[in-house]
Amino acid sequence: MTATRRIPVTDRTRFLRRPEHRTLRVAALVGLVVLWEALARAGLVPVLFLPPPLGVLREAWAMTVSGELLTHLGASLQRLLIGFAVGALAGVAVGVTVGFFAAADAVGTPIIAATFPIPKIALLPLLVLWLGLGEPSKVAVIALGVFFPMAINTVTGVREADPLLVRAAIAFGSRRWSVIRKVILPSALPMILAGLRLGAGTALLLLVAAEMVAVESGIGFLILHAGNIMATTKLMVGIVVLSALGLLSQWGLARLERVLTPWRSPA
Amino acid sequence: MRVVVERLSKVYADRRGRPVEALAEVSLTVASQEFVALLGPSGCGKSTLLQVVAGLTAATAGRVFFEDAPPDRPLTAMVFQEFALFPWRTVQGNVEFGLEELGVPRAERARRARALIEMLGLRGFETKYPHQLSGGMRQRVGIARALAVDPAVLLMDEPFSALDAQTRRLMEEELLALWERRPTTIVYVTHNIEEAVFLADRVVVLSRRPGRVLDEIPVPLGRPRTETMLGTPAFLETSERIWALIKDQARAALVQ
Repeated sequence: MTATRRIPVTDRTRFLRRPEHRTLRVAALVGLVVLWEALARAGLVPVLFLPPPLGVLREAWAMTVSGELLTHLGASLQRLLIGFAVGALAGVAVGVTVGFFAAADAVGTPIIAATFPIPKIALLPLLVLWLGLGEPSKVAVIALGVFFPMAINTVTGVREADPLLVRAAIAFGSRRWSVIRKVILPSALPMILAGLRLGAGTALLLLVAAEMVAVESGIGFLILHAGNIMATTKLMVGIVVLSALGLLSQWGLARLERVLTPWRSPA
Repeated sequence: MRVVVERLSKVYADRRGRPVEALAEVSLTVASQEFVALLGPSGCGKSTLLQVVAGLTAATAGRVFFEDAPPDRPLTAMVFQEFALFPWRTVQGNVEFGLEELGVPRAERARRARALIEMLGLRGFETKYPHQLSGGMRQRVGIARALAVDPAVLLMDEPFSALDAQTRRLMEEELLALWERRPTTIVYVTHNIEEAVFLADRVVVLSRRPGRVLDEIPVPLGRPRTETMLGTPAFLETSERIWALIKDQARAALVQ
């Protein structure tokens, strides 16, 4: 009698697995800061060029206590929020109109296509000329930067609305406005929220650019001014604050997404 | 009340712009509280016919009208093959949708939706979203949504063909029980002969494209319908008769 040859079956998809590696995620960030501190302490890089993290932290604390940091942060947040709100609302309104109405599509799509590729920073001098050196020109450039991703994403979202659901709504008596409000808008909501995230990044970029022109407050001013007087530690505080603002806005928008689109979370 | 479809034709343009004749002079009448099945091979325009009756697409020629329709009820409500539930609305929200569009006040809406939710065995699922439900439960929501508006005619477009065979049989029996308890006029589109014979009072058999009425076959089975009727000579003979009508059509559609 011959021995039975047994061939065990193994899971051949193992290499596709993607564990979360939670510790690695934290370690990467901590590692970067530790490396930075070590480099600065070892004296390999002059402190003027790369101030150590602990120094930056101390400076941030001092600036918070003196109120300097909050003044700048407050001025920046105000510009950011007003510009973001104006741009986002206008973007959604234009996006829904262009996405839904054929005539608005004919008018709006070529205009958006022609104006979208213009880097919005290039428009800042023009906006200053039109709106003056004050707040309106700063807010306007941020609003413009947010408007385009919002409008384009909204148009896509509106176009991708399932025609079956539109028909279903009509079968149950919906007219045009009801279809827009109860089918098109909720269908487009995920794309609109993705547009908000894109817009948040652009808004931060334009904020700093706008604050480097003729202002006396704001994170952008803080960074430019600190650079001019070689106050590198102060400059780094500004950069860290920007990084935190970026992280915070993405985190906030991700949360907003979960709250506003509960039907997209897993069962 | 009567639904009259009169010499209805529908020609649409395909993707290359060539005309496709979907329906050719289809005429039929549906009486009040009658359960009519529209049966035909795939691509015979039976769904198109239903869409025209619902006012969801225009006919090329002919017309559809409702005689002596009740003035205070919507003419039609539709149950879709792919359910077509609003994913952002809960079960309760979906069932209330048609009532909302009719302008029914909030409290009344909630009350009527709850009654339908109860009737269709959806109690306890009111706050669930469609993606959290099985196919059978989803179509129950679809049926509840349609019944909630109390339409003069309930249009059902292959409502159970996306379900697995066992669920489908159970849902057919539930639909019959529901209809026998609360008779409404139903136009039911299907490609399944046994389903048509088991459910309907009358089966309107359509030819393949362009859809024409081949014959109208009354179903000689009593009410209430029961599972045991599936093996009776009357059931089998009626099914055979319909199959004989569309066999060649189905074969032609297969090799197309």
